[in-house]
Amino acid sequence: MRSRLAITTTRAVNATSRRLGRGQGTVAGGRAGLKVDPQLLQRLTKGRHVALVSGTNGKTTTTRLLAVALGSDGTDVVSNETGSNMPPGHVAALVANRKAPRAVLEVDEIYLPRVLTATQAEIVVLLNLSRDQLDRTNEVRMVANLWRAALAAAPHTKVIANADDPLVAWAAGAAVDVHWVSAGLSWLLDATGCPSCEGRIEFDADGSGAWHCATGCGFARPEVMATLTPTDHGLSHHGIWSDGRTYEIALALPGRFNVANALLVAVAAETAGIDPADAFAAMAQVAEVAGRFATRELGGTTARLMLAKNPAGWSELLDLVAKDQGPLVVSINARIADGADPSWLWDVPFECLAGRPVVATGDRCHDLSVRLHYAGVSHLVETDPITAIQTAADNNTNNVAPDPIDVIGNYTAFGELLAAKT
Amino acid sequence: MTASPKLRIAVIYPDLLGTYGDGGNGLILARRAEWRGTNVELLQAISDAALPEADVYCLGGGEDGPQVRAARSLIDDGTLSRRVAQGAVVLAVCAGYQIVGTSFPGADETLHDGVGLLNLTTAKGIGPRAVGEVTAEVVEGNPALPTLTGFENHGGVTTLATDTSPLALVTGGIGNGDGSGTEGAISGRVVGTYLHGPVLARNPAMADLLLSWALNTEVGAFMPLDDSAHDALRAERLGHTSNGKRRSKVRH
Repeated sequence: MRSRLAITTTRAVNATSRRLGRGQGTVAGGRAGLKVDPQLLQRLTKGRHVALVSGTNGKTTTTRLLAVALGSDGTDVVSNETGSNMPPGHVAALVANRKAPRAVLEVDEIYLPRVLTATQAEIVVLLNLSRDQLDRTNEVRMVANLWRAALAAAPHTKVIANADDPLVAWAAGAAVDVHWVSAGLSWLLDATGCPSCEGRIEFDADGSGAWHCATGCGFARPEVMATLTPTDHGLSHHGIWSDGRTYEIALALPGRFNVANALLVAVAAETAGIDPADAFAAMAQVAEVAGRFATRELGGTTARLMLAKNPAGWSELLDLVAKDQGPLVVSINARIADGADPSWLWDVPFECLAGRPVVATGDRCHDLSVRLHYAGVSHLVETDPITAIQTAADNNTNNVAPDPIDVIGNYTAFGELLAAKT
Repeated sequence: MTASPKLRIAVIYPDLLGTYGDGGNGLILARRAEWRGTNVELLQAISDAALPEADVYCLGGGEDGPQVRAARSLIDDGTLSRRVAQGAVVLAVCAGYQIVGTSFPGADETLHDGVGLLNLTTAKGIGPRAVGEVTAEVVEGNPALPTLTGFENHGGVTTLATDTSPLALVTGGIGNGDGSGTEGAISGRVVGTYLHGPVLARNPAMADLLLSWALNTEVGAFMPLDDSAHDALRAERLGHTSNGKRRSKVRH
């Protein structure tokens, strides 16, 4: 009775806030529903096959890829596609589709233990853990320990985990049923301290991603069942299973990190009875997730919008755009969703942008400007992001086809441009 | 032709104390010295090797576990204390600030020995963490600096011994948090602070002060640098920004 009222409340508030033009109303409706029935998430996932995705970077895209892969056999899948990754967002998505037998939920790192308990998820996919918004979330080691305790208490959950990330390996190491994947790790700065004994983690020099605790506590990369390997021509990747099966991973989404996430998804899908070949074929069709890499007409020119929220994400993305010489706009905010302290800018290897025409923008363009100054990156400062894109198009000093202008923003900076009127 | 003497700047244990972007302090010191013609070697001193000999040492923020390990390594290694006795300059931030005191709490709340470069102790605070913007005015008697600005994020309460001078008095934020209204500490050529940002990005005058000590000269003898990016950041952070919407086109 109570849950029916809660569901009705969720729907009503969602509909109202949509009508009032206050976005999808996902969070507002979910919050209202949970107030009426705090057990609503349990009730809405009961009887469904639930898969959860968490990690510092790549959650939203991986959630989408997993939803698509698990739906490749024609099963109806419900998912919180908007990136509202706390229980109110989960509830709102689940209410919107009561019938789907499968649910794929993106989960905020801190909320993973609670959501795992509530949903009794069959599958949990763990991507990576690195520093992110230190002023408002917990330190990354604390998150790894929270996960570890929660997973140890969930013996019926299949955990698909990136074994190349020592913090993820520590978190998943206490779980009963783990499918380890070598998906790579490009950001090592948060991984050098051994989470088991506080000694030092040493990464093998062969680039295999293998690692072990140099202090000798015995903590080392677990044996993996699938490995990400670049193909000979370097343009795509293979997923190689330990039993010898090989699948080519060709995605419409750019970036090594997305390929790595796709491999984790294929392994997860296989535990649910989906052939990895079918999973990869379905994932290959995904061209845009929540606006990441979307092109928009802004400031009288075409802009390609990219999201990077923290040093690990920036490193991956700068790698991806480093080959280009065209103008680049970097937009930095420090609002609540971004974290109020942009000190992390000094952990990002902006030095690789030297020689490119760069425009610094966003609420914290001056913090960025100081960082770029010391990175040897000559740049313009333009407080308004749309004007900044215009300025970048006008300052195409390297005479490279400026279309589209690459724009990288952190969370709210990206969101603002995505929502901007063209 | 004689090679100019090399200024060696070491960032201490970026693998343990690199969590809050404070590695930027070492980079800022190095570039400012280089831009003025000094030959600089910037060293990233990782924790499993002997601490290199340097003229300036920077310590940054870190998590509780790595902080304990860093303190133990520095005490066992001995180089830092010896170099400070020989006149080396130290900038210690947040967890690094606590480490260079005499004792600080670990994750388990037991007290651990610090390196003892500054006569102060840190205890675990009982309230919520101190998180947010800080402004502070340098205490009279210390080398003069313009208003300090930074971002603090710590759960510790630091109490200075009577023979240790606070760096500044807070005008916004928490700082040392012991009820004295002070922020940071200074003793000889050792400066401790809770300020991130990193602190030298927000306060380039402090960078020049540290460099003047390391190079045994006066700040006034330094060639002025193009600090327009710093100036714009300071103006914005200190609330003097004239108009956020104004189109400001500055080439740096």
